[in-house]
Amino acid sequence: MAEAAIELIGINKSFGAVHANRDIHLEIPRGTIHGIIGENGAGKSTLMSILYGFYQADSGEIQVGGKPTLIKTPNDAIAVGIGMVHQHFMLVQNFTVIENIILGAEGEALLKTSIAKARSELERLEREYGLEVDPDAVIEELPVGLQQRVEILKALYRGAEILILDEPTGVLTPAEADHLFRILKQLKEQGKTIVLITHKLREIMAITDNVSVMRQGTMVATRKTSETTVEELAELMVGRRVLLRVEKGETKSGGFKLSVKNLTVKDSRGVTMVDDVSFDVRAGEIVGIAGVAGNGQSELIEAISGVRRAVSGSVMLDGKPIDVVGVADPGELRDRGLAHVPEDRHHVGLVLAFEENENSILGYHDDPKYLKGPFLDIDAIMADAKEKIEKYDIRPGNPKLKTANFSGGNQQKIVLAREMEQDPGVLIVGQPTRGVDVGAIEFIHKRLIAMRDAGKAVLLISVELDEIRSLSDRILVMFAGRVVGERGPDATEGELGLLMAGVEHKEAAE
Amino acid sequence: MSTPYAKLPGWADYGLIPLINLLVAFIMAGLVVLLVGENPLRAAVILVDGAFGSGQNIAYTLYYATNFIFTGLAVAVAFHAGLFNIGGEGQAYIAGLGVSLVALAFDSVLPWWLTFPLAIAGAALVGALWALIPAYLQAKRGSHIVITTIMFNFIAASVMVYMLVNVLKPAAEQAPQTRQFLDGGQLPKLNFILEALGLSVRSAPLNISFLLALVMAVFVWALIWRTRLGYEIRTFGFSPKAARYAGISESRITIIAMMISGGLAGMMALNPIMGDQHHMALDFVAGAGFVGIAVALMGRSHPIGIVPAAILFGMLYQGGAELAFEMPNISRDMIVIIQGLVILFAGALEHMFRPTIQTLFASLSPRSMGIPAAKTGGA
Repeated sequence: MAEAAIELIGINKSFGAVHANRDIHLEIPRGTIHGIIGENGAGKSTLMSILYGFYQADSGEIQVGGKPTLIKTPNDAIAVGIGMVHQHFMLVQNFTVIENIILGAEGEALLKTSIAKARSELERLEREYGLEVDPDAVIEELPVGLQQRVEILKALYRGAEILILDEPTGVLTPAEADHLFRILKQLKEQGKTIVLITHKLREIMAITDNVSVMRQGTMVATRKTSETTVEELAELMVGRRVLLRVEKGETKSGGFKLSVKNLTVKDSRGVTMVDDVSFDVRAGEIVGIAGVAGNGQSELIEAISGVRRAVSGSVMLDGKPIDVVGVADPGELRDRGLAHVPEDRHHVGLVLAFEENENSILGYHDDPKYLKGPFLDIDAIMADAKEKIEKYDIRPGNPKLKTANFSGGNQQKIVLAREMEQDPGVLIVGQPTRGVDVGAIEFIHKRLIAMRDAGKAVLLISVELDEIRSLSDRILVMFAGRVVGERGPDATEGELGLLMAGVEHKEAAE
Repeated sequence: MSTPYAKLPGWADYGLIPLINLLVAFIMAGLVVLLVGENPLRAAVILVDGAFGSGQNIAYTLYYATNFIFTGLAVAVAFHAGLFNIGGEGQAYIAGLGVSLVALAFDSVLPWWLTFPLAIAGAALVGALWALIPAYLQAKRGSHIVITTIMFNFIAASVMVYMLVNVLKPAAEQAPQTRQFLDGGQLPKLNFILEALGLSVRSAPLNISFLLALVMAVFVWALIWRTRLGYEIRTFGFSPKAARYAGISESRITIIAMMISGGLAGMMALNPIMGDQHHMALDFVAGAGFVGIAVALMGRSHPIGIVPAAILFGMLYQGGAELAFEMPNISRDMIVIIQGLVILFAGALEHMFRPTIQTLFASLSPRSMGIPAAKTGGA
């Protein structure tokens, strides 16, 4: 095996009493793709932040190319050839590609000379690694796949020999992800070292040479990818055996619960995000809407649940209309049996500054069972919260604890408990397992299936194709605001991926 | 990369940190005193003695504190709804109309204990209506409430000058102020309470408005933390998106919270007008509306913090006046500098020492932080 590009020796890092990284040892051989997996909160991002100089380790040593190296700031990291591609791109939206690439590395007093210098260097990089991007394109006009490429170019331009990618495929279509993997393999062949942080086991198996598993701040195992299995990795991540496939019986779908007709929704800038969409959801079925993030799914469920005004169209709930264009009020829809688990639990589904029990009544705070006249019935609210904590195994089981102090999976359980325990006829769920650990995913999926088996109508939005495929009885694919296809649960990933990329849609339009 | 710092225990959060901030503010103020050639220790003694040294001084301190409790609570209520009400000054000023009109109308026919509730209602109503206009403009037209409330302070000041000079001033008088209220428009003093404690009070303006202020502090606590409306206000304040999702009307909360805020600010007018001077003169608010912002910031928008913070500022007002009198090198402006330092450290730089203290606490006693073991770390 080649020499180590990076070696971490005994890294420790605590935030207050939280020991985020304990005694981490990791050796990443030069010229390999090394995967790091673990649940949320396992300490992956903390470790990479230490390596990239955002945090400093409490103790331990980093060796780059065999030499002990002190990395205090991202600049130090860049200086020793470490580059990072963040999960959320760090690009200036209204700058061009080349302006973004030289940002922070301008070098000259006059922008013009440094841009000229950068241009020839950029052309060389693009040729060498097959990373074609128009240097004069404005970032906000580029699709996310290309924006990510700009991030990679940015790191390479700064002379990165070691590239860290944090959850790089979260925002990509399957095709874009495949393209990214081809680029990564090419980079590897040119001798670069790549560290891939992900929670998607499939990606680990597809592309990495070695994989390290983190759990609760410790490095529990490092394996050669060719010598391990998905099952083994999942078990190492969670610390117990995990059921990766959801078990569900045949659907016994009944009458229409939710009917959407010709719904059109615009966003705040006036751009049409949902374009003349129609579909039905019956009792006892899960309808999944697949699509790359940003193709109108979010606006669609926001309009149906009354959070956002629609421009035109109609929605029927149990045969009675919802005034989606006029004054649909989320509170009124709740009373009519429409529950909504929003995509963004941090800012919409929960108030993170609230105690857990306060969040367990959000949206249902006007229910008489939580009130005594104008006053909140604190005893009733606490009893109710404790019951839900018990039933949904929310940890830690303290209803007085601030919601921000719960892990992602437990926060999501707080939302799900609140919405499901109202026994709604229709449940709209957005990204139910985003940022949720494997153990909780299993639980959440079981709950959704149970809702369906109890004769509820479930509308599911998710960017995780696996999730859509394993849960849905019918799959709708959205692209550019339109429903471009309907498939059964047995549709292949390739088939759905093409629809998500709008391939069939374009052909039909021509 | 989630929460790098955990929560502090309540007593440190609400007690220790403000105390440290205050200490630093006074050390800085001490340096200023040193700079003008006075002994800072002696200045501190004079300040504290001037504020608390005698029954008379305590009564004055609490009289000023009364103003600041009202305006501090006003800022806090709006703040819980995520609204920055800079207009307390104008709302309190214009509410003087509500107080004095009631007093002028009824002081000859009703006893004080019947005029008082009417005047409370008058003050709260006028203050609330004055806050309603910016609130409506924010809720329906998107005009930023910080800008509009500042503007409304100026409008209120001009309206009051007009009213006092042209409408309310008795024809025979020179000074732009209302006529003196009769007994029915005068609030009873609370000096007897201090006297019952064995302190002597010659003639201090501390009056029953102080008790009203304390009642309002309890009212605000119950409103914010115990009612459905308070829950909606807090939800909206923390996250407008979550409020929208929960079916809470943005414009309704904006308007109601601002009206409650304006009403509380308005009640401040009772204290100087009916409690002390027994007439309404120009500029009786004297900056109390702005001090309320500092009081609310320092009191962390919680009544339990606001009352002591108001008393602290009452002390700076009263003790500062004594200090300016005793030390010729220290002028009124120096007192304002000291107040400014307190606002700077206790309000604006509130979080300066927090990370250090949190780290300290975490390393000393992890258990007291109420956080679970390593599980919640930042990934």
